[in-house]
Amino acid sequence: MSLILHGDAELWAIVLLSLQVSMMAVLIAALIGMPLGAALAVARFRGRQLLIILLNALMGLPPVVVGLLVYLTLSRSGPLGVLELLYTPTAMIVAQVVLVTPIVAALTRQTIETLDAEYAEQLRSFGVSRLASVPTLLWDGRIALATALLAGFGRAIAEVGAVIIVGGNINHVTRVMTTTIALETSKGNLALALALGVILIGMAISVTGAVSLLSLRQENETMRHA
Amino acid sequence: MRDLPLSETGPQPTIEAQGLRIERKGRILLDVPYLAVDGPGPTLIMGPNGAGKSLLLRCLHGLIVPDSGQVRQGNAPLKAAGRAKQAMVFQTPVLLRRSVAANLDYVLKRQRLSRADRHARIAALLEEGGLAGKARQSARSLSGGEGQRLAILRALATEPGVLFLDEPTSALDPAATQDIEAMILRAARRGTRIVMITHDIGQARRLGHDILLMHGGCVAEHGLAHDFFDAPQSQAGRRFLAGALVL
Repeated sequence: MSLILHGDAELWAIVLLSLQVSMMAVLIAALIGMPLGAALAVARFRGRQLLIILLNALMGLPPVVVGLLVYLTLSRSGPLGVLELLYTPTAMIVAQVVLVTPIVAALTRQTIETLDAEYAEQLRSFGVSRLASVPTLLWDGRIALATALLAGFGRAIAEVGAVIIVGGNINHVTRVMTTTIALETSKGNLALALALGVILIGMAISVTGAVSLLSLRQENETMRHA
Repeated sequence: MRDLPLSETGPQPTIEAQGLRIERKGRILLDVPYLAVDGPGPTLIMGPNGAGKSLLLRCLHGLIVPDSGQVRQGNAPLKAAGRAKQAMVFQTPVLLRRSVAANLDYVLKRQRLSRADRHARIAALLEEGGLAGKARQSARSLSGGEGQRLAILRALATEPGVLFLDEPTSALDPAATQDIEAMILRAARRGTRIVMITHDIGQARRLGHDILLMHGGCVAEHGLAHDFFDAPQSQAGRRFLAGALVL
């Protein structure tokens, strides 16, 4: 406990790196996943249903396997080996992007499709084409989409399997909260592990709380409308 | 079916439909060989559920493309340019998850008006709809009547030649209904053609210049309102007014 209260520099560096990596990953996942999910929601083509099932299935990707695949891609002999990204925070971001993008895309698809069912006729009446309706739908779904991003962040910050493989848990370089907890526990340094655990739980609760608050706010608006 | 030449053609664009047909799973949902909506209006569409009223309205507005047939507006086939001069209000108002003013701004922006012009239009529209104090309020928090008033204002914001309404008051109380009817009549007087579906015979009497009775996907009768209510020509019309189930 005193570790948290007295602001141990090493501990806070670890927390900060965790936040940096996961926030960056969520940002990139949002830039890829939101347009992808929205396009999948409004477009109609053969194999769309299959793609949606696949996307939903990818939400449950095992982090360890993602870590392994990103490791193989980034390792010296891998296709992107020349970039020499393995065991850097960038590699950890890449791994988390792979984990989080399907979550953001799938939740966006769901949100936008529900909203589109309500809006489609009215927007068509305004003369807005299917593709041009995407920005409108994204903006009007902003609360639900924020929830999707928070869900993605929750997944990224709590995940250990992928970042430990591609990051290597190198002290002062790629050591984040989850990997430190795993390491310190095995070393028997339970104080640091517990302190980080408390911070991680605090973050998880904050994120879940924020998600609930947002959903509640949205529900209230809908209720008042009905 | 009697297709009468309606007197005193107003300044509004006429709407003509030719050979409209929609068929799903072997059932004919809409079959309108010829229809002209060319009187001064308002034109009220009536008929039992499943008679094809909404389908017809959506075809005339271009929301649904019929299996065959054509809709013409002001003597030209209905295309994007013609549809831009139309607007539609739905039974449940589809309000964007934004403020009241932003809902109006959304359609005005599509008209490429300057910011100052848009602000002036929004203020005038809110005044017209009795929503002047609610510009910044979330549109989704409006009451049912206020929401539908906003939907009508938004439809009128672009000054359309034709306004379609699909049972706009069916979920509203009498006071809210009265407000909506007054707005519709004001729009009609300003030269907007009104084509509206209703189940409320009293409302059709209050608003209608001509009545279009749908039955089984076909136009059973189309005539002046007072003629229709005094002496309906079709059996479907007589049974509809007698309150019998029209099957």
